[in-house]
Amino acid sequence: MAGKSPIGRINAYYWKHEGLGRALATALGFLLAGITLALIGFLAVKGLAAFTTGRVPFLAFLFSTKWAPDSDPPAFGILVFLVGSVLLSLLAIAISTPFSLATALFIAEISPKAGRRILQPAIEIFVGIPSVVYGWIGLSVLVPFIRKAFGGLGFSLLSGALVLAVMVFPTIASLSADAIRALPAEYREGSLALGATRWQTIRRVLLPAALPGILTGVVLGLARAFGEALAVQMVIGNRVRIPGRLTDAMANLTSLITMDMGNTVMGTPWNDALWSMALILLLLSCGFILLARAAGRKGAAR
Amino acid sequence: MNTRRTLSIVSVLAVAVAVVLAGCAAPTATTAPTGSNDPSATSGPLTGTVLAVGSSALQPLAQKAAELFMVAHSGVTVTVQGGGSGTGLTQVSTGNADIGNSDLYAEDKLDAATAATLVDHKVCVVGFAAVVHKDVAVTDLTQAQLIDIFTGRITNWKDVGGADEAIVLINRPASSGTRATFKKHALAGADEATGVALTEDSSGTVRSTVAGTPGAISYLALSYLDGSVNALSLDGNAANPENIASGKYPVWSYEHMYTKGEPAGAVKAFLDYLAGDVFKSSISDLGYIPVSDMKVSR
Amino acid sequence: MKRLVKPRTSDRLASAAISAVAGAAVALLAAFIGYFLWSGRSELNLHFLVSAPEFSKAGGGIGPQLFNSIYLVFLSSLVSVPIGVAAGMYLAEYARPGRTTDLLRLAIETLSSLPSIVVGLFGLLVFVTLTGWKYTLMGGALAVSILNLPVIARTSEDAIRSIPPSIKEGSLALGATRWQTLVRVLVPSALPGILTGVILAAGRAFGEAATLLYTAGMSSPKLDFSNWNPFSATSPLNPFRPAETLAVYIWKVNSEGLVPDARQIADGASAVLILSVLAFNLLARALSRALHRRFTGGKA
Repeated sequence: MAGKSPIGRINAYYWKHEGLGRALATALGFLLAGITLALIGFLAVKGLAAFTTGRVPFLAFLFSTKWAPDSDPPAFGILVFLVGSVLLSLLAIAISTPFSLATALFIAEISPKAGRRILQPAIEIFVGIPSVVYGWIGLSVLVPFIRKAFGGLGFSLLSGALVLAVMVFPTIASLSADAIRALPAEYREGSLALGATRWQTIRRVLLPAALPGILTGVVLGLARAFGEALAVQMVIGNRVRIPGRLTDAMANLTSLITMDMGNTVMGTPWNDALWSMALILLLLSCGFILLARAAGRKGAAR
Repeated sequence: MNTRRTLSIVSVLAVAVAVVLAGCAAPTATTAPTGSNDPSATSGPLTGTVLAVGSSALQPLAQKAAELFMVAHSGVTVTVQGGGSGTGLTQVSTGNADIGNSDLYAEDKLDAATAATLVDHKVCVVGFAAVVHKDVAVTDLTQAQLIDIFTGRITNWKDVGGADEAIVLINRPASSGTRATFKKHALAGADEATGVALTEDSSGTVRSTVAGTPGAISYLALSYLDGSVNALSLDGNAANPENIASGKYPVWSYEHMYTKGEPAGAVKAFLDYLAGDVFKSSISDLGYIPVSDMKVSR
Repeated sequence: MKRLVKPRTSDRLASAAISAVAGAAVALLAAFIGYFLWSGRSELNLHFLVSAPEFSKAGGGIGPQLFNSIYLVFLSSLVSVPIGVAAGMYLAEYARPGRTTDLLRLAIETLSSLPSIVVGLFGLLVFVTLTGWKYTLMGGALAVSILNLPVIARTSEDAIRSIPPSIKEGSLALGATRWQTLVRVLVPSALPGILTGVILAAGRAFGEAATLLYTAGMSSPKLDFSNWNPFSATSPLNPFRPAETLAVYIWKVNSEGLVPDARQIADGASAVLILSVLAFNLLARALSRALHRRFTGGKA
């Protein structure tokens, strides 16, 4: 009936060819946000239980280095793991960034053709290598190598950082390459026209201009390093102490969660404390994202 | 051409939605005939599903049992899932699993009220040995020496009759059942030194770490000994099934399968099979000890 | 003179250094692949690929695990591709700049940087416990979809945005609605890019372990490969059965396996994983090149 009136026909046409699809796309777009919210809510409920039941004191949880969940009375201080995670991911970024930047420059400036043909696929394959495989190669090749070359046990901050450096390399390299490629051609041409060499152009013009994008890549790499579990756990030794040297064994948040989560019973303070650590991981990765966006925005404002 | 493309996109979406919807509906169909409440289980061929979750130390044995059991009872599907003793006890007490595998007594992990709802089935005994890297010349330790090593009072092998070489402690995570057993029966409950030992997540990684790290000491279930590491005897008694069965070697524990209430149907049949004579030789073959062989009990 | 030479020398040095580092990255990847192919070479045979694993003796294969990995990737793509692409379409065309869109993007970015173990534990509570499915392939596929959705949404958005505006404007000027433009013009032209994202996400799902430990489980019931009824408990096609994937199997065989040839199995399975990831990538490239050629070639 509605099809008879012109307005109705237009409405029906619009609904069929635009509104329906648009509604569907919008709904599915927001479904993603819904999933994120569900995850955050779920983790918040589980992660805060340790504190709301009063069985784990909040300040001691964050600032104590004493982790003895099986002694009596139990102690749940995660500072060692928190510091371990921070050291490990910062070191990984420090190792990885120069290599990633050089690779990005190669792709974007030195040889775009070889970059597209060889390096871009190589980077994508790096992304696809499963973390179990990285852990396995770290355990069977890297750990014995570090032990022979640098002394110590091989299970160390250095081993973990090296494995992570390889794992975050594709993130930083591809985001940096994107950032450099996205710069207007005039920057490059202007600098070259003024007689600058390619390296001078890169160093004085391109890198500073692409810095926000590069920083975004670095921060996202940091987030990935922070959250990585299986590969790291296999090579850092999991010694509950803040490492004093590069070759010292150490512990971090993710490996503690993976090791203890399955062996503890839900609802016990110990298990609750592990969920609180997962919540901290989530909050930190949110923090990293905000940091990355702040870096990106600074660039956009310029 | 264009309509076809729209159609194909729409149909992909439709299939996806259908799959999700089917996903919501299907489990009732597939999980309905669980063994525990299947009336046909007593008469006729046994049917149903059994889900055993938990201890990774018990997993190889349970998997072997499942494999053999399903040959005899083709109507039953037995699924064995790892995840750790804690997961096993959680899942069985919430009713998500039919059997919860645990290295420890449920009372040690759960609160008393929850533990009381579970029925314990001791399926086997597993022995643990202190293991060292192959270059360590020491073959026997007294319990006092072992305690001193793990509490960090002795840090060099020369103090217990070995070469001048630093001792590298390798522990299991604090929540592990293996560690709890070792701490209780080998170390007489002494608290290990904190911040000294490396921690490895699983028996496999402990074994390869000890095998690859000079001066290393750790502990393993007997089923994981394979010649890549040396097992130590304790107070002169070798860690072997005979000494454990006779009570000479104290570092062992029961492996438990918990059910919520008394088992029935396929679950009961599976547990009976594990305890039966047919399976006994498989228990020994895999490096565990049948409960019926034990001359001592705890 | 001196001042002129110096920048040129440093330019050459810097270019050489950059190229050397880039070369080293490729060499490292080649070394990885070479290492696994070499150490896993004894296992790269048909018997290993198709036969069932052993629990206590040497000589087991990875057949069910390989099948499970492939089937899981298929199932998770069924869920994540339509939703992810639709979300990408929304972000590229409909989302208006503003607070809500900002928050939506923040949510998606957060989702993409979540540690996979956290997603796994979420999956354990939702897809395993809450739904009552227990450990299932479907639960694993849904959990992996959570990891893949942001990747697919983002690559789809980027691919759609990178279409020259003239194409979109042309379609709109001809009287097509925005949805029609999206479905008939933009998405087909962006298909190579979208496909690359989808296949890369599939590669990631193929190698995922931490998430699946807690959702799809660590065991595989006996599979009857002659039974293709997806509702039967022993059918490989039944998505509501526990399913151990290849990456999970590598993890398990290393950690708690009693088989004497655990090392060879891990090496062999790793080689298979790496080769599969390689194949996924090559496939993505070949497909997107073929599509690209079809769209550009068709017009010429």
